[in-house]
Amino acid sequence: MVISKKPLHFIVATLVAFLPLVTVANPTNDSTTVEHTSVTTEAKTEHHEGESKDLKTEIKEFINHHLQDSYDFHLFSYEDDAKVEHHIGFPLPVILWDNGLQLFSSSKFHHGESAAESNGNYYRLFHGKIYKVANADEQVAVDAKHHVTNEKPFDFSITKNVFMMLVVSIIMFLLFTSLAKSYAKNGGIAKGAGRFFEPIILYIRDDIAIPNIGKNYKKYMSYLLTIFFFVWFLNIFGLTPLGVNVTGNIAITAGLALITYLITTFTANKNYWGHIFWMPGVPAPMKLVLAPIELLGTIIKPFSLMIRLYANIVAGHVVLMSIIGLMFIFKNWLGSSLSFVLAFALSLLEILVAALQAYIFTMLSALYFGAANEEHYNDDAHH
Amino acid sequence: MQIPTIVGAGLIVIGAGLGIGKIGGSAMDAIARQPEASGKIQTAMLIAAALIEGIGFAALFAS
Repeated sequence: MVISKKPLHFIVATLVAFLPLVTVANPTNDSTTVEHTSVTTEAKTEHHEGESKDLKTEIKEFINHHLQDSYDFHLFSYEDDAKVEHHIGFPLPVILWDNGLQLFSSSKFHHGESAAESNGNYYRLFHGKIYKVANADEQVAVDAKHHVTNEKPFDFSITKNVFMMLVVSIIMFLLFTSLAKSYAKNGGIAKGAGRFFEPIILYIRDDIAIPNIGKNYKKYMSYLLTIFFFVWFLNIFGLTPLGVNVTGNIAITAGLALITYLITTFTANKNYWGHIFWMPGVPAPMKLVLAPIELLGTIIKPFSLMIRLYANIVAGHVVLMSIIGLMFIFKNWLGSSLSFVLAFALSLLEILVAALQAYIFTMLSALYFGAANEEHYNDDAHH
Repeated sequence: MQIPTIVGAGLIVIGAGLGIGKIGGSAMDAIARQPEASGKIQTAMLIAAALIEGIGFAALFAS
């Protein structure tokens, strides 16, 4: 037993032994980046206060840019010695409906620097949105209230968020179908990744679905499992350096909450509607007061689902990126290592939040489904 | 013009923080009394905390 454990001990010991090297390697890396940034900013402006303000707005713009959806998958960009900016990433297809289908690559925008041409129409990127312009040289016009006056075509583009959702869907489809097949092959025993995912699936069934929904739980299992793994995987992808922010987009959480709302509404039994429109067991005037409140409650419930997931992920990303951004403001070894440690600890917390938010979304969805499916045990229950 | 909404959001966040703190503290007490029920207590705690958190975030984004 002792001998068989030795390789693991050895690996752990080596990893621990190499940890100091990693921490030493990082500050030197950071300091070179900081020096580089300070050189470029000093070249731009000599004024000391102006320099720090520029850096702050730059960090703010970077965070805002990260939170937005974009038309190309942009990994990182850098300036070479000749001060030429290089963007690393790949373009995604732009699909517009504007007097017919307009299909072209987002590389035509040249990162918003020039207008894209498709079938004689010209389009220009402005604050992450596509607007129609009359010719290649025209800019997007804004009125006095900062509203864009240009026409906006119907946009069905495969943006970064849509692309990531497709990727996660494909991963989930391949992963779980292969797991299901492996059960048939191994005589009902999980193997490989199934050993990791089986307890999670059983937890969702035994601790989320059955206690909250009751005997009708099977109807909802597919949705609960899908929503849990979809949200969880997307949250985890948001923490990778790929820089995706899918669950931190209110349109996507709104879509997920809308599905929960529709399922709740369309699978509800007569007791659910009875409790909304004519609450049993309370005096008649009170029933009239309660009906609009309960009806509003059905909409507020998915609304809070939407806000909760969106706000948690956005808050996590903003705080994490701000702490990383502090590195470029402090510009010394103490601040850099402090922000490195803080960012590391916060990343660990964010991994927890990623799973927790997926769990909460699933749990509350199950709770709403359970409320829609409650059986009327006996008439005296409310008296 | 901005100040009243910011103060209101701050008050709501204070309230939400107090509420979540109370839930966490009570859950700790409950687990200390009945360690065998810690799983159920944790679940109930998370749901209650999530519901309050939603209000806090709604206030933050309204301001």
